[in-house]
Amino acid sequence: MTWLLPMAIILPMTGAALTLVASRRPRVQRAISVSAISLQLLVELVMLFQVDRNGPMVMHIGGWTAPLGVTLVADDLAALMLVVSTIVSLAVLIYGISQGIADREVGPEVPISIFHPTFLILVTGVSNAFIAGDLFNLFVSFEILLTASYVLLTSGGTRERLRAGAPYIVVSLLSSLIFLVAIAMIYAATGTVNMADLSGKLAVLPDGIVAVLQALLLVAFGVKAAVFPMSLWLPDSYPSAPAPVTAVFAGLLTKVGIYAIIRVQTLLFPTGSYATLLMIAALLTMVIGILGAISQSGIKRMLSFTLISHIGYMLFGVALASETGLSAAIYYVAHHILVQTALFLAVGLIERVAGTTVLARLGGLSAAAPMLAILFFIPAMNLAGVPPFSGFLGKVGLFEAGVEDGRVLALILVAGGALTSLLTLYAIIRVWGRAFWRPVPEMSGLTVESDALQTESGRSLAVRRRVQRETQRRRAAENASHLPIGMVGATTAVIAVGLLLTVAAGPIYGLTDRAAAGLSDRSNYVDAVLDSGVPPPPGATGTTDSTGTNGSTDPTDSTGDGG
Amino acid sequence: MTTDLVLAITIGGLFACGVYLMLSRNLIRVILGFLLAGHGVNLMLLSVGGGFVPPIVGEPANGQEVADPIPQALILTSIVITLAVATFLFAMAYRNYILTRDPELDDELEPDEVADAELGAGEE
Repeated sequence: MTWLLPMAIILPMTGAALTLVASRRPRVQRAISVSAISLQLLVELVMLFQVDRNGPMVMHIGGWTAPLGVTLVADDLAALMLVVSTIVSLAVLIYGISQGIADREVGPEVPISIFHPTFLILVTGVSNAFIAGDLFNLFVSFEILLTASYVLLTSGGTRERLRAGAPYIVVSLLSSLIFLVAIAMIYAATGTVNMADLSGKLAVLPDGIVAVLQALLLVAFGVKAAVFPMSLWLPDSYPSAPAPVTAVFAGLLTKVGIYAIIRVQTLLFPTGSYATLLMIAALLTMVIGILGAISQSGIKRMLSFTLISHIGYMLFGVALASETGLSAAIYYVAHHILVQTALFLAVGLIERVAGTTVLARLGGLSAAAPMLAILFFIPAMNLAGVPPFSGFLGKVGLFEAGVEDGRVLALILVAGGALTSLLTLYAIIRVWGRAFWRPVPEMSGLTVESDALQTESGRSLAVRRRVQRETQRRRAAENASHLPIGMVGATTAVIAVGLLLTVAAGPIYGLTDRAAAGLSDRSNYVDAVLDSGVPPPPGATGTTDSTGTNGSTDPTDSTGDGG
Repeated sequence: MTTDLVLAITIGGLFACGVYLMLSRNLIRVILGFLLAGHGVNLMLLSVGGGFVPPIVGEPANGQEVADPIPQALILTSIVITLAVATFLFAMAYRNYILTRDPELDDELEPDEVADAELGAGEE
């Protein structure tokens, strides 16, 4: 079944090529991209099932065996991440499509011919990052997804988006350069970039060199994951993009960084060095992020700050370096991908209904759009960690792991995590209270008018205001009733999958436990990569050293499987 | 492997200039900086593969020192990526120039939500 593995990349990549060819035919484009990602999801579900049953799935591309060639590997962690990320991509795609259809009636806002290929390339990059078996392939997938993200972030090419996109691009480029330097140094030190191979070869290097290599990688991934001192680019760049783009970025891009940190920390540097530093970074990320969120005047920026803040939780789990901590961190990653995407999609709906996401101008939405209120409320409570949602379960797992660890710093982190959770609730309630529960605020246009109306009696002014407020409420209600079904459906679907994490928390925690066990005990992964040169295992023991025959038998085998 | 001082200083210099330029608000400088720093990294990869020894051609003769081909393969990939990103950056700089008639990015054009809040929700 290893032929499934490259399908996770081939399907969206082929889709991207085809949609580019069909760029004049939006309907064909839509059909291609939806079916490509749906098929990919199907493949990945089968893969998750397979991997969970039979252990890591490995493929050596072109038959070049492990340390030399490009290797694709899927273990429990990678397969789970693939499934979750593809669910989110599919939902965002459908959301974007239906927004695009609806928007074309208003004006050509979404440049549809570019959106599909770029989005599919982004998906390719994300999937490739999860199953990359060597550092250089990881670098390439980062570049694929980043380049696509540059295009999506600046799509439309307005002044504002260029202004917001440029810092993001420069920061990403610098972090990519640091990553590449790290790869060069690692190759100089060990002579390999294959992660399974590295796990053995790094162990024999002097501590000082390992510390430098690890620091370089952590900085490179820390920028991508928006870990505190390197997180300031995020809230300035994300909010200005179109809603579906922000949603997919928020859900996936930072998590790819976290995934890389998890992978590197467990596979390459399992000694737990830098744990203290990571814990402090996690604490600062959580607390400073959420303090930023509280002080925001717009929902999108507020959510960008909560996104940064909650990266701290995942880093916390990684820093503990215990199996329970990792398991909780993986669960939290899955939870956070879904919930953060759902929130940004819901905010896109709010923007559509009310015409703005600025808190000062929002109000009365729970009366005008009760459906929307539910769509916002569930993921919001989930994010804040209110029981029984998955955010609560994830946090409980992390706190348990922290207490189990017992170090003072870990206990401080537990306290910081609890504080952050409460402050998240506060930030969310603030949005909820203003946008949904309070009456419609006076529109700014009205205050200008009211200056002119000062000569009129206060009573008629009050009447006028009430009428204005009523018309605004009615307009919002009308907008709410005309929300495209695809947008609402996609948001609902993401929320539903998020709830599934709660309902099926037992089995899913079981899966993350196995994933964490696979990460802690590296031998499974390493053996799977390094010993799988010959596909049929029996009889392979005698001829392991004859790489020539391996090289020649592999391609025929893989093509046979693929056909 | 011996360390080549000239190579090390060149790489460091390219990096320093590149990063300095990338911190500018002028997009043309950003592009130049990215290209310089990119060259720095590529040179570093090259030096990893054995520095100034000839590349591998066919079967190396006995005792002949040849460069490690893997870093060279990595450099090729990295050059392609640099090219792609540079193309995008040029397009962006051009677009910015069309919009502002200025190679620099706008000064204080904040995202919607900040601007709106500061204006006290000025316009619809």
